[in-house]
Amino acid sequence: MSSTVATPAAEPRTNYLNVDYGWKSWVFSTDHKRIAVMYLITIAFMILVGGSFAILVRLELATPAGDMLQSETYNKIFTMHGVVMVFFFLIPGVPAVLGNFLVPIMIGAKDLAFPKVNLLSYYIFLVGILLTLLAAAMGGIDTGWTFYTPYSSTYSNGQVALAAVAVFITGFSSILTGLNFVVTIHKMRAPGMTWFRLPLFIWAHYATSLIILLSTPVVAITIVLVALERLFHVGVFDPTYGGDPVLFQHMFWFYSHPAVYIMILPAMGVISELISAFSKKRVFGYPVVAFSSLAIAVIGFFVWGHHMFVTGQSTYAGVVFSVITMLVAVPSAIKVFNWVSTMYKGDIWMTTPMCFAIAFIGLFTVGGLTGIFLGTMGLDIHMHDTYFVVAHFHYVMVGGMVTAFWGGLHFWWPKMFGRMYPENMGRVSAAIIFIGFNMTFFPQFILGYMGMPRRYHFYPEEWQVLNVLSTAGATLLGLGYLLPMVYLPWSLKFGKVAGKNPWAAKGLEWETDSPPTTFNFDKVPVVTEEAYAYPEGARHQPEAKVV
Amino acid sequence: MSSVDATGLAHHFEDLEQQREAATLGMWAFLVTEIMFFGGLFGAYVVYRTMYPQAWDNASNQLDVLLGAVNTTVLIVSSLTMALAVRCAAKGNNRQVAGFTFLTLLLGFVFLGVKVIEYKHKWDHHLMPGPNFQLDGVVGGHEQIFFALYFAMTGMHAFHMIIGAGLMLWVILKALRNDYTPQNHTHVEMIGLYWHFVDIVWIFLFPLLYLLGKHGHAIGAVVTGGH
Repeated sequence: MSSTVATPAAEPRTNYLNVDYGWKSWVFSTDHKRIAVMYLITIAFMILVGGSFAILVRLELATPAGDMLQSETYNKIFTMHGVVMVFFFLIPGVPAVLGNFLVPIMIGAKDLAFPKVNLLSYYIFLVGILLTLLAAAMGGIDTGWTFYTPYSSTYSNGQVALAAVAVFITGFSSILTGLNFVVTIHKMRAPGMTWFRLPLFIWAHYATSLIILLSTPVVAITIVLVALERLFHVGVFDPTYGGDPVLFQHMFWFYSHPAVYIMILPAMGVISELISAFSKKRVFGYPVVAFSSLAIAVIGFFVWGHHMFVTGQSTYAGVVFSVITMLVAVPSAIKVFNWVSTMYKGDIWMTTPMCFAIAFIGLFTVGGLTGIFLGTMGLDIHMHDTYFVVAHFHYVMVGGMVTAFWGGLHFWWPKMFGRMYPENMGRVSAAIIFIGFNMTFFPQFILGYMGMPRRYHFYPEEWQVLNVLSTAGATLLGLGYLLPMVYLPWSLKFGKVAGKNPWAAKGLEWETDSPPTTFNFDKVPVVTEEAYAYPEGARHQPEAKVV
Repeated sequence: MSSVDATGLAHHFEDLEQQREAATLGMWAFLVTEIMFFGGLFGAYVVYRTMYPQAWDNASNQLDVLLGAVNTTVLIVSSLTMALAVRCAAKGNNRQVAGFTFLTLLLGFVFLGVKVIEYKHKWDHHLMPGPNFQLDGVVGGHEQIFFALYFAMTGMHAFHMIIGAGLMLWVILKALRNDYTPQNHTHVEMIGLYWHFVDIVWIFLFPLLYLLGKHGHAIGAVVTGGH
């Protein structure tokens, strides 16, 4: 890849952050990098909101009796935890922040294909958040994040219609982001940036965007029907009129299972970048990893029935869904094997992002393998709606997506803001998160296997030890998450100035300034080599590794 | 910051060709999401039609085929005027673009007007789904689900038409400002695609809602010797 920019090191150059000041230059900005930063701030706020609901859940579960919250309140708390975390953090987290910032830069473009649409998607997201918080303030919702009918349509006491509108609106934000990525990746690549020279981060975002485009509209219309049912009692999901509540589940999971891949695929893209950069090696089996993202996107559309083994779905349908569920594990496993093979004989540099990446591989593997348990029909009858399920999806979502989000944020932080974060603090927080996470969620596998159902706020006394362990772990985990929220902003002012390429990593984003200029490159880069073109046996600079 | 130069080229594209290709792909991708959006409704329609074929026939026969057919014709003609508007834009004839787009807009309003008459009719006959729904003196039959889907599908369609009408106004405004050139008329092309898509949705809705029931009813009438 040609080096395009010659910078006098001393002069602070104009970049996307200092090119313009004042609030108007931010709130009306169509620069993908500024929009990414606005998303980052918004999402950080939502982590705190969703996290505080999680704290309440874990505090309540520290004792067997339901003594802190009433049942109704507890229902609302875990619902809000789910709604906020799923729709306002897990789904937009990596694509809207890291993807927004990096997709154009990594392919050598000046911006996303539709910059105004990008800004619009941010404001739609914001409106979705405000309506959700309004619904919470006006009494909350108690249906669980899944909005199952007829509970959500007939029996719920909460603000279901308002929350439904909020989720509906938020869906369009994600559709617009996905649309932008697809078009950008197809049409805006720099000369020489062929499909098989794209970083795997881009492949992952491409696959994610396809899922967003095909699945999100379905949940949107489903939610419209729920709202109609709720407001006008039209009967579509109401058994008294012959409506079928299970149809809601089919339509809901047709989106919401692929949505799991919307959450995890971009995270996998991040991990590919981190593993390669800190092992100083090309990702092992690059084309296979690229296609495994697409395979997950395609197969992921045909597994939704594994959420419904106990709903009276036909046994034959159940068997088919069970088998396809096993199949979707294959491309995920391919990724894990290829990451590990990438590290083999590489020069591994244990920076904070690498610590997160390795944590991801372990946690995601546990989450993925327990998914196989749940995809097995017979076992799922026993474990359905228990804490085993809760632990499983937290291993994938929190252990996977959130860990990768932190890893990616640390990795590209110097690129985004031009400053290094404090490395040792980073490593400490990665360690705390890893230990805290396992302490929180591993006991829940055992609890679930013993039969503790999810969504109850009291339980038999013999389960208290494991629950207290989980609550203690959650406290540690919360601390681990708070640390970067303190030292990352701190580093904006006090961090060491990062050069263009503090990791000596490959990729177009490391050839431009840190932070980049508004149009990313002074002149359009020309790509002449494949992604991750590290020479055979490349080693990190010894002085770099001291940090 | 998203600046556009005199030829209509935005800053982040290399040339007009790239810009047009990006817009076209974006529009098609958007229409794919629209297909999935309506697809959810069509899916629900198929499920319930299979579950309650008799109720589906009964309910379908409450619809006015004549008005439905008139609206179908109106929409097809509006697609023609839209296509002509795009063709005129490609030739750079902005006056004709404005004219044909105005015709399209008018036809859109005719469609919506007919739809209002139909909705009013359903309202008067207690065919609005909900606690007051009543058909042939029966309260709360399965026919209600048909009407719930009828209103959801045609309502969503009408909503798209209203958005389309707003877009038409935009096209007229740009045409009156002589914005379209043979080199750059992507804007009206994209809006044309959207309008055709909305038409095509109706082309599916009309037979599914108005005609299939008629057909089933006729066969049912022969088999059972009258209803």
